[in-house]
Amino acid sequence: MFGTRWQPFSPVWNQVTQLQNEMNRLFDRWGGDGRRAQVDFPPLNIWEVDDALVVEAELPGLDMKDLEIYVTGTDQLTLKGERKEKLPEKSLQHRQERGFGKFVRVLTLPIPVDANKVDAKLENGILTLKLPKHEAAKPRKIVVKTS
Amino acid sequence: MAEKTDLATKSPAVPAGTETTYGGNQFVPRVDIIETDKQLIVHADLPGVTPENVDLRYERGELVLHGRVTPRPRAGTLLMGEYEVGDFHRAFQVHESIDASKIEAECKNGVLTVYLPKEEAAQPKKVTVKAS
Repeated sequence: MFGTRWQPFSPVWNQVTQLQNEMNRLFDRWGGDGRRAQVDFPPLNIWEVDDALVVEAELPGLDMKDLEIYVTGTDQLTLKGERKEKLPEKSLQHRQERGFGKFVRVLTLPIPVDANKVDAKLENGILTLKLPKHEAAKPRKIVVKTS
Repeated sequence: MAEKTDLATKSPAVPAGTETTYGGNQFVPRVDIIETDKQLIVHADLPGVTPENVDLRYERGELVLHGRVTPRPRAGTLLMGEYEVGDFHRAFQVHESIDASKIEAECKNGVLTVYLPKEEAAQPKKVTVKAS
């Protein structure tokens, strides 16, 4: 449901998403196979701060070398990567809940950004991207003259 | 367009069975458990947990893991929220005879790996059959 396209953020939308997450959790706990993609991978949280967008994703077990990040134009963000599985030889699997494989996610950002000044870091399995707003998207104060 | 994947590595899959007193979120991490001849290996996804914030206990055959997520600054306006953040908690009944004094663990890139070596007596031994 939560598409890769930008969705308007409103309290109502938030509640719908929340309800949806709760439902997914219920089904996951009661008989769900737990491997079904709930949202596109990786799920993202995005904030707007004064002069930048902050994009955060949980990517446990990935190194920077397993990850490719592109900004196309001023508003298209692509996250591409692979989570690799390492199994010791001669082993017996008791549980297999974690997912592995390749992923691509393309997202249209709500605010144009400056692709040359993107800052990315991956710490403890958390990817944080800081994308400074494009010059044209920065707010300008308009001075109203009194005649 | 993004490709649909069946990855779902999203770790906070289910709210944990225990609750916090302060009402914060707590999640059950996804795990893989592997058995080899010598040991059990547990891999748990704990994104946002640093090694010093992992609390791991083995008591009376129960392995309890708890990961405290380092709070991340939440400035600005949230434009898109697809996941929630919280601590991780999960417990396992380990039935193999484990040598508790030799349990080791490491935490790297948000993945905790616990090595639970089996007691000598529980390890398989090859018996040579002599020809008479």
